[in-house]
Amino acid sequence: MRLPLLALLAKEPAHGYELKHALEKTFGSAYPSPNIGQIYVTLGRLEKDGYVRAVDVEQSNRPNKKVYYLTAAGREALENWVDEPTEGPRVRDEFFMKLVLAPLTGIADRMALVNRQRRHYLSLMRDLNELAEQTDPGNRVALLLIEGAMLHLQADLDWLERCQEELP
Amino acid sequence: MTDAPAIKAINLVKIYQSGGVPVPAVRGIDMRVESGEFVAIMGPSGSGKSTLVHMLGGLDVRTSGEIWIDGTRADTLSESGWALLRRQKVGFVFQFFNLVANMTVADNVELPALLGGVSPRQARERREYLLGELGLTERAAAAPAQLSGGEQQRVALARALANQPRLLLADEPTGNLDSRNTKDVLRLLSDVHRKGQTIVLVTHDARVASMADRVVSLLDGQIVDDGALPRTRRRPLGTVGDVVELRG
Repeated sequence: MRLPLLALLAKEPAHGYELKHALEKTFGSAYPSPNIGQIYVTLGRLEKDGYVRAVDVEQSNRPNKKVYYLTAAGREALENWVDEPTEGPRVRDEFFMKLVLAPLTGIADRMALVNRQRRHYLSLMRDLNELAEQTDPGNRVALLLIEGAMLHLQADLDWLERCQEELP
Repeated sequence: MTDAPAIKAINLVKIYQSGGVPVPAVRGIDMRVESGEFVAIMGPSGSGKSTLVHMLGGLDVRTSGEIWIDGTRADTLSESGWALLRRQKVGFVFQFFNLVANMTVADNVELPALLGGVSPRQARERREYLLGELGLTERAAAAPAQLSGGEQQRVALARALANQPRLLLADEPTGNLDSRNTKDVLRLLSDVHRKGQTIVLVTHDARVASMADRVVSLLDGQIVDDGALPRTRRRPLGTVGDVVELRG
């Protein structure tokens, strides 16, 4: 979560709750909303690394709140993040490890593993369908995120089919 | 006969002859689909999915085994017997549409309903509803050749549903569609299914398959898995995003 927080702070200084709210508003229910504790822990680490700094802002009849802003080092870290190509889908796949190794041990049969995994993927797809229906049609960011997850699932299913064809 | 299953297949076999060599495409399939059920058939290409659904619709002759549609033995019917059964009870969406080239989209969709004996007004209303749901209202007067592949596929679905058939059979009904048009098709399928439409379709599209009550998987002409999709633990909204995170 470090870099997304830096990106939000590059737009404007904010306190923890504002950052949490901004993440939720942008990504909708498609993205797990971070709890406020995680956000403050992350901000603390970013502060220690010199990427953000905090100032206390006085509030009437409430404790002071900390407003965070980006430092020059923080901006540089953010720019590096943006400029780098991002890792594509993983090559390490835990299911594939199971599929290849489990039959060697006699613990499981490949057909049963593939069938169970297919049903699992399809039920995840059904969850995503429902999530898409419940998402505000105006929230393009959230809908694109869901569509991306659907396309990944489709690829996983296609690959499962290939595994079933190729592995005895 | 409403209690009869929509489909019952017993030890269904299809063997093609290819240059004198027998090629088994479907190798002993037993299958039962209840009235109102939505079943998706999945499997790699060459696993026999299309052959199976074509046999169930009487478009391909079985080598051996039995097919019962809505309580009627169908595999022993003549070609014209099948044609009558289809007209009365089955809507079929082909992978390659098979629209009538010299008729407008509207007429293509209304034709089965008219042949089925409904009034022209009812046929028109049904057609307007179906084309509307599929985003094709503007294309009603066009000829099939003027349509894109995706549009033709949606017209073929509208035509198959025009008659409110007891059974809808479809072979890759979203095979030519982009994601937006797929969404229209999914919405319509889910809508007619909710109203009691029995659906059996072949698909490799997980979005389509995930809407089914049951998924049947084929491999080498045989069923290797058949069952309802598990309900994932009902997670509170927002944590389904875990899926996204895992895959991001």
